[in-house]
Amino acid sequence: MFRYANPAVFMRLSSVLLPIFAVIAIVALAVGLVMGLRVPPDYQQGMTVLIMFVHVPAAIVAEIAYGAIAAASLVSLVWRHPLADTAARAAAPLGAVFTGLGLVTGMLWGRPMWGAYWVWDARLTSFLLLEFLFLGYIALWNAIEDETRAARACAILALVGAVNLPIIKFSVDWWNTLHQGESILSGKLAPVYLWPLLIMAAGYMALFAALWLLRIQTEILNRRARNLMQGP
Amino acid sequence: MSGAFFTLLLRDLRLAARSGGSAALALAFFALVATLVPLGVGADLKLLARVAAGVLWVAAVLAALLSLDRLFQGDFDDGSLEVIALSPLSLESVAAAKLLAHWLSTGLPLTLLSPVLALLFNLSPVGTWALFLSLLVGTPAVSAVGAVGASLTLSLKRGGLILPLIILPLLAPVVIFGAGAVQGALDGLSNGAFGFLAAFSLAAVLLSPFVAAACVRLNLAG
Repeated sequence: MFRYANPAVFMRLSSVLLPIFAVIAIVALAVGLVMGLRVPPDYQQGMTVLIMFVHVPAAIVAEIAYGAIAAASLVSLVWRHPLADTAARAAAPLGAVFTGLGLVTGMLWGRPMWGAYWVWDARLTSFLLLEFLFLGYIALWNAIEDETRAARACAILALVGAVNLPIIKFSVDWWNTLHQGESILSGKLAPVYLWPLLIMAAGYMALFAALWLLRIQTEILNRRARNLMQGP
Repeated sequence: MSGAFFTLLLRDLRLAARSGGSAALALAFFALVATLVPLGVGADLKLLARVAAGVLWVAAVLAALLSLDRLFQGDFDDGSLEVIALSPLSLESVAAAKLLAHWLSTGLPLTLLSPVLALLFNLSPVGTWALFLSLLVGTPAVSAVGAVGASLTLSLKRGGLILPLIILPLLAPVVIFGAGAVQGALDGLSNGAFGFLAAFSLAAVLLSPFVAAACVRLNLAG
């Protein structure tokens, strides 16, 4: 792991991985969208079932993004791994955007199905709180000027949030549940819907990975440029 | 060791009582928010009784939030936090003492005031009692999570604006279970909210001094 702490090694590795993820993302999203548009309407939801293909993967990736931040923060706190800080910081805006995408698509689906854009359903609400966690995390990063101090403070915040997220989720579930339960792993989803959904999920994940690597690369290059400007 | 702990506790309590009376200000804020809500939603007593628990809980959280800068910020700005950090008392104990002082000067008075405000909201005696107990058990968690936020934002010039954004999402479970416990008592059923609230509160109070101490150490190091 520490080999990849070296930015030069990371740059070499990521410049190989980035095009691979980008191609996977483009192909999977294209195939998934075409397949998704051709599925038969659901007997209950009608054509609104199509929203699922852009909604569920966004939600999954949003959770992965928070997990990635928490994992990178742990690595940064325990091993003082400088690249982990960059990685955690780079993932946060992506997580916020994917969470926002999940929220907006969920609201668009809720209007015809539940009769209102926002129904204070448990999962919508916990995702709204997740969005605020992302925004608070980004705001803290931007507010602390000293970079190492900002990195450590944000790492602590991310871990506190990671400990608290399951509790928030549990409390909101306890409070109100209207959202349908999980149906991918339990095999309740018909294959005609499952396949486009899985392909779209793969596409979203590859997109997240590609954007994440790109953002880390950009930050490393920015830092180099700053160091060059300051001189030796 | 415990002498230093109680000295610090007493010092913080005196500061809360004397310097501008910020403890009293938090109480006034609490009462004012509770007064403004009926002005906004109307004087329907049935409606007010139904929203009382939620409104008073949110108002209590906001009032506790307002006084969080007293926790570490004042001592950090005038340098006394560095002196306190040099004392034989561990920073974890310092954080625990400050947390306790914050609760004694904010959470506890808010709890004691809540039955009076519950009267204004036409809350039944059962509901008032449940609200009192839930605030008594839940407000330590607000101080604990607040201590983490306050120590994280120590070095910020405008930390007061960023603090709510950081800690309010983390406090969602407290509000849910706190107001839920009152609702359960009103409906005459035991929904377990009080137990969850107590569990969250205990865990938060137990873990918070360690996290807050780590954040203070980080901000003193620079």
